[in-house]
Amino acid sequence: MSDSHFELDRRGFMQCLAWAGTGLVWAARGGVLASTTLAEAAGSADFTFAQISDTHVGFAGEANRNAAGTLADSINALNALATPPAFVLHTGDLTHGQKAGAFDTLGEALKAVRTERIFYVPGEHDVFVDGGKEYLARYGRGTVGSGWQSFDYRGVHFVGLVNVLTYKPGVGGALGAEQLDWLRKDLDAQKASTPVVVFTHVPLWAVYPAWGWTTADGEEAIGMLRRFGSATVLNGHIHQVLQKVEGQVTFHSARSTAFPQPAPGAAPAPGPMKVEADELRRVLGVREVRYTEGAAALAVVERSLA
Amino acid sequence: MSRNIVFAVALALAVPSGTAAQDGAPTARVSIAHFAFEPAQLSVKAGTTVAWVNHDEEAHTVTAVDRSYASAGLEQEEVYTHRFAAPGTYTYFCALHPHMTATVVVR
Repeated sequence: MSDSHFELDRRGFMQCLAWAGTGLVWAARGGVLASTTLAEAAGSADFTFAQISDTHVGFAGEANRNAAGTLADSINALNALATPPAFVLHTGDLTHGQKAGAFDTLGEALKAVRTERIFYVPGEHDVFVDGGKEYLARYGRGTVGSGWQSFDYRGVHFVGLVNVLTYKPGVGGALGAEQLDWLRKDLDAQKASTPVVVFTHVPLWAVYPAWGWTTADGEEAIGMLRRFGSATVLNGHIHQVLQKVEGQVTFHSARSTAFPQPAPGAAPAPGPMKVEADELRRVLGVREVRYTEGAAALAVVERSLA
Repeated sequence: MSRNIVFAVALALAVPSGTAAQDGAPTARVSIAHFAFEPAQLSVKAGTTVAWVNHDEEAHTVTAVDRSYASAGLEQEEVYTHRFAAPGTYTYFCALHPHMTATVVVR
């Protein structure tokens, strides 16, 4: 078991999943994951932000007959945080089928979130009908290229990457040479001591390529992050909590608010997974991320709906 | 789009796979299930209308590689049809799950 792949150890992975829903904080210091209680982590953060992902507005399958309800509950979970998040990152699949009115429905729902601003990156479900035209018309302001963005917040550099506009037969998520060039220039301007947070939809690393849970050229982007003392990559797409640590770079896949998906390889195919009614709320939710200046890494707190 | 789907459902109910419709136009069906097109290679005569039915809970699309035709996102049990007028080999995929690819060979 190499230290860069310890998350693939089945037992460690299950422990991760078991703990994520019980109010523990995963904090990675010097590249080593450690858990602490919420109370220990709470007082010292300089600021917090939140992540919501895979809201799939319009989903109406058996895996969740009330996705609108669990979205509302997820928003309530964000509003119940002791420290209101400075901002929220939505890591894609805003809609399920990009049907007329779906973006509006989400926009109306998210007005209830008590935060300064919500930043977005698209998922493939948001762009597959029209190559991203409607998405960019609605959410592209302030971004460059096809929705790429970066901003600084209280000493932390945030970068939003788009890896769902390259889909073609046999090839899923990819960033493309143009976006990688932009990313290289953007990161070159940052000091190695500046903490970096990257948010995107499809995992940058090869979680499970057979199911399309990978970004073809993601390793190039990850390579650019290695010189930083702290880099955190947040993604959605796979509808489950999954962590990986690679040196100073930590990866965190988020839950959906709409439906869970099977663990990598645990079913014949990915897709909406039906679970027991009382289990559903434990596998849906949002996350809170706490930043404390001087800490080696950000603390990621999973907030399930039950 | 919705009109196409309604038409296709009526067509799919009325016409058994691989037989001729009342007006003589040939039809064929492709099933989408467990993240795969079945059959993955379909051989039909020119002029055949192919109906794809999505049996998965996840949405899928039928999208020509050259984008000359494309369905919207097909929800569970939704149907999309496309008529292949000219002989050739037509490769298509799911724009949401691009590892799903298949071909229609038109004789």
